[in-house]
Amino acid sequence: MSTPYAKLPAWADYGLIPVINLFVAFVVAGFVVVLVGENPFRAAVILVQGAFGKGTGIAFTLFYATTFIFSGLSVAVAAHCGLFNIGGEGQGYIAGLGIGVVCLAFDSVLPWWLTFPLAIVAAAAMGALWALIPAYLQARRGSHIVITTIMFNFIAASVMVYALVGFLKPLGSMAPQTRTFLDGAQLPKLNWVIELFGAKIRSAPLNVCFLLALLMAFLVWLLIWRTRLGYEMRTYGHSAKAARYAGISETRIVIIAMMISGALAGMMALNPTMGDQHNVALDFVSGAGFVGIAVALMGRLHPVGIVLAAILFGMLYQGGAELAFEMPAISRDMIVIIQGLVILFAGALEHMFRPYIQALFASISPKTVGIEAVKGKGA
Amino acid sequence: MDFFIAIVQILDSTIRLSVPLLLACLAGLYSERAGVFDIGLEGKMLVGAFAGAAAASVLHSALLGLGTAILISVAFAMVHGFASITHRGNQIVSGVAINFIAAGSTIMLGQHWFQQGGRTPALAPGERFEAITWPGADALRDVPIIGPIYSELISGHSILVYFAFLMVPFAWWVLYRTRFGLRLRAVGENPAAVDTAGISVAWLRYRALICTGILTGVAGAYLSMVQNGGFVKDMTAGKGYIALAALIFAKWKPVNAMFACLLFGFLDALSIRLQGTPLPVIGKVPVQFMQALPYVLTVILLAGFIGKAIPPRAGGVPYVKER
Repeated sequence: MSTPYAKLPAWADYGLIPVINLFVAFVVAGFVVVLVGENPFRAAVILVQGAFGKGTGIAFTLFYATTFIFSGLSVAVAAHCGLFNIGGEGQGYIAGLGIGVVCLAFDSVLPWWLTFPLAIVAAAAMGALWALIPAYLQARRGSHIVITTIMFNFIAASVMVYALVGFLKPLGSMAPQTRTFLDGAQLPKLNWVIELFGAKIRSAPLNVCFLLALLMAFLVWLLIWRTRLGYEMRTYGHSAKAARYAGISETRIVIIAMMISGALAGMMALNPTMGDQHNVALDFVSGAGFVGIAVALMGRLHPVGIVLAAILFGMLYQGGAELAFEMPAISRDMIVIIQGLVILFAGALEHMFRPYIQALFASISPKTVGIEAVKGKGA
Repeated sequence: MDFFIAIVQILDSTIRLSVPLLLACLAGLYSERAGVFDIGLEGKMLVGAFAGAAAASVLHSALLGLGTAILISVAFAMVHGFASITHRGNQIVSGVAINFIAAGSTIMLGQHWFQQGGRTPALAPGERFEAITWPGADALRDVPIIGPIYSELISGHSILVYFAFLMVPFAWWVLYRTRFGLRLRAVGENPAAVDTAGISVAWLRYRALICTGILTGVAGAYLSMVQNGGFVKDMTAGKGYIALAALIFAKWKPVNAMFACLLFGFLDALSIRLQGTPLPVIGKVPVQFMQALPYVLTVILLAGFIGKAIPPRAGGVPYVKER
């Protein structure tokens, strides 16, 4: 796919344009705040202070960010291969099944540092499995991955309800959730790291999953830009025809990319279950899989960008909770609107301001703007 | 006889449950046939439902409510068009964004305006669409066989139900018997050819999206003003996605769409009816299985095991004029 847009210097492409898009999204969100009769500037101050003002706030921000790093990476890996994995929500949800089984089986016998790797494997395997079927259908039967992954989100929801009101629930309990995990499946907190810097933390759920998320971000970078498999994935993403011509197996690359993507989405389930709630409950993913789409788009599909964007969204979640507390007219649903606006402006309308910026750059110094359109930059 | 009455009742609720699906499915039909994928059906239905119920309860008129629902829903469709037609953005990303904005803003504004936890006030009788009793329905009620069918199945629905089913032949007529329909189908298959013939691809696609917006608006109004006496947060509950599934199941054809929606509505009605009652031979079927069945069926269909669903060829691809 070719785009009619000429090339900009890299810092404008990866820095300036996302910032402008984000800014516009927030301006529109500001109008919504005005509409419900509050002061958007005060709202912004409360939001930022709530997220970064106190140690507890920072810890919560990073806790939310952890989940979003996983889901963002999941979307990005698939996107590099030209696939839109909208099924992170379902892949993460179904991974809860694997985590639940592992934790319930081992939490009384093993210490956390043995349960954790097992749970990682179980979560990744379940997520990958849930992505495998749509991937196979896309590669071999030509069904559209977006539709099948959406369908699998709903199927996952049904399966999880079935499991949670059935065999995962302790006998005699009415609540559709597992029993609380014992010490052997509770992940240690990382709050002491922030306390090293002198901040006080009351209780916050930031845990070792954050480190796992950072490790995964590094591994994804390694995979995409430093391995042969990653190169093949990017080739396929740029041009399926070229990849076929180069002898890359279409089926293999689609299935591998989707399974990695699904595994990453599955790992996102570790954070809220083992790290925070210490059980697997109904609807514990609560939209984090979809946030991954916004995070990946915002972060321009690069792990560094994704980590930054995940922290931004973590800030929105934590600051948004504070905002809902301080301003009664604003509920946590404000975050959902902001997410939608970010997806709209950073994703669907990402090229809206590009021509103007190009004109601006061209008028300042024509040399910085390439003449011909660059092939293969299209999303 | 009890068995017969039970069947009529299930079919009756099948009709009620499939109407929102049918309207949304036909909405998707217009846009996807024009080459614009629309994952945002769900969101547009939701804003339609909210705007309809909110306007009806404030203005005390069901018709004004319906009009507002359509207006807001079309406005959201235009946002989708602006992103995916004018700015050639990714259509799926844009649809996802619309679903998010709809989910968040309906609750926020609902809470701000009505202070009832995201609900709109319960609609009074004049503010919602009432069931229409056909002539003679009460007189015929006791006649065996025909009586229940006429008085339960055919009579006793709101005007929007009849509208939805009338939209099926109408969509067929528009798509296959009008110039607009021919061009609309052409733009979904080969926009370059349409462009060469001197017809604006963008304007055609915008018009298709207006049709989509109107129908999702009516679908939303049906949910909040007929099925339910007011708006409840997230009341679409995935119906937009089921409609999308039905659209694929129907292979992007209007009459098939009606049958697909009736099938999915029937599964829904059956799962409500069978809740907890064991079936002969199979035993007790988990509710969750019935709920997942439309999705499973769609996946199987997509996999090409029940005939092949071939989407419009230019679907999802933004049109770039050659320069």
